[in-house]
Amino acid sequence: MIVAEQKPLEEIGQMIAPYEKVLILGCGTCMTVCGAGGEREVSFLHGALQVAQARSGTNVHDFVEYTVKRQCDFEFLDLVADRISEVDAVLSLGCGIGVQAIAERFPDTPVLPGVNTSFMGMTSEWGIWDERCAACGDCRLDETAGICPITRCTKGILNGPCAGTKNGKCEANREIDCAWVLIYRRLERLGQLEKMRRYYPPRNFRTIPRPRRIVSRVKVEPGESNGQIAI
Amino acid sequence: MAKSLFEEKLNSDKFLVTTEVGPPKGADVSEMVHLIEMLKDKVDAINVTDHQSSVMRFPSLGGCLLVKELGGEPILQVTCRDRNRLALQADLLLAYSRGIRNVLCLTGDSIDVGDHKEAKPVFDLDSVQLLKMIRIMESGKDMGGNDLKGTPEFCIGASVHPAADFIEPQLIKFEKKVVAGAQFFQTQGIYDLDSLRRFMQFASQFQVKILAGIIVMASARMARYMNENVPGVIVPQFIIDEFAGVEKGKGLQKGIEIAARTIKAIKEEKLCHGVHIMAVGNERVVPEILEAADL
Ligand code: SF4
Ligand code: SF4
Repeated sequence: MIVAEQKPLEEIGQMIAPYEKVLILGCGTCMTVCGAGGEREVSFLHGALQVAQARSGTNVHDFVEYTVKRQCDFEFLDLVADRISEVDAVLSLGCGIGVQAIAERFPDTPVLPGVNTSFMGMTSEWGIWDERCAACGDCRLDETAGICPITRCTKGILNGPCAGTKNGKCEANREIDCAWVLIYRRLERLGQLEKMRRYYPPRNFRTIPRPRRIVSRVKVEPGESNGQIAI
Repeated sequence: MAKSLFEEKLNSDKFLVTTEVGPPKGADVSEMVHLIEMLKDKVDAINVTDHQSSVMRFPSLGGCLLVKELGGEPILQVTCRDRNRLALQADLLLAYSRGIRNVLCLTGDSIDVGDHKEAKPVFDLDSVQLLKMIRIMESGKDMGGNDLKGTPEFCIGASVHPAADFIEPQLIKFEKKVVAGAQFFQTQGIYDLDSLRRFMQFASQFQVKILAGIIVMASARMARYMNENVPGVIVPQFIIDEFAGVEKGKGLQKGIEIAARTIKAIKEEKLCHGVHIMAVGNERVVPEILEAADL
């Protein structure tokens, strides 16, 4: 899933300053799971912003809160079209994709990012999220025993560990496992160390000319035809 | 024909001695010039470090040009941290056109340990790919497959960490570097000869020259600091203890003694093909070390 962190209250305060009526819009998917912008955080932020403006003695803002299931799909955004038409700005607690989807779908309404979108990762334990994939467009996990060197090695190198690894940890951060030590151990366990002996050529960064797009071969339409392969 | 004086010596049976200088942080190269003049006739080649420990400095290429101008034999250290494949190839073409023929290919320390922590790390290539890249250029092509007008030729080396606390993956990488074209290796710091002996047992099956890395330390504090903060440096406790027993102000003397003792032992035992002395800031004592080691 996509992992993000809420921006500091002060920064949010500065962003919303020019707008009177603001919709704080949460996202029910990744942002809820990573605790950055689900229903709960929308409500906390709403409260915090109100307290902040009461303290400053300037009651300029009028807040509304709402959380959609997913901000990254127009289908779900359409459900809040009415609410959005009534405000001066949307403070989105969706990831960067949600923010942009809103900007695209509602061209006349300013949209402000309430979170910093950080990476794609997983929940290691509750409250700790770890990056696991950089969406490089050329997945090599079969060669590396299912452990991604591009995201989990600080240098993203492909031919084995640098000399900085110590006690199995990375030279850049002694709290974090060296990806290449993990890869070695797992390849050894799987009896596939020959994969590490191979030479891996430099990455092809053309797989990711930005912005990236995936055109599915699967026809994705609501209704019965959903899921059929288009010829 | 050998590509450089250094390569000629690599191909001989001579016990090789290389050392390194770190360029200044700033445009004043007078101290580096002084060090190069002092060292150039005492060693077989001088490495110039490339933003070592990710600390921004005068460039390695500029330092190597100075070594050349002053009549020394330079080894250009090249890391993958700051340049993509275009810049790496361009720098090597410049180096070659100005007579620099020896290159040490390194991945480079991570940005996080340096003094520009917010910089963008590049790592377009890794050290193995960089070695390969040079061999591709020598075939007359660039990495994009285009013809080069004028083909460079280099004597290339790499680094290896014989004292790593988890050696197996390092050995695999060492072998990959050999296959990719490395002709010589300068190792990370060596203190206990056992790890070097074990490593040489493995390495002797390959046709490459190994120069054992000797790091000169000046105090227990420095030894501890390097152990904890410098990537790839593992200082054994017995060395730290040895420093701890030394009276104040005599630390560097101790460092010289330990370095000379290690070099002597390596040479007497014919453990490997030479040594690479890294004096990190105390380059001026290198001649003293060489003398104490009877070199
Ligand atoms: S190699 Fe790593 S970054 Fe690339 S797609 Fe696979 S998991 Fe993601
Ligand atoms: S220590 Fe391991 S994870 Fe860290 S940069 Fe080196 S190889 Fe990558």
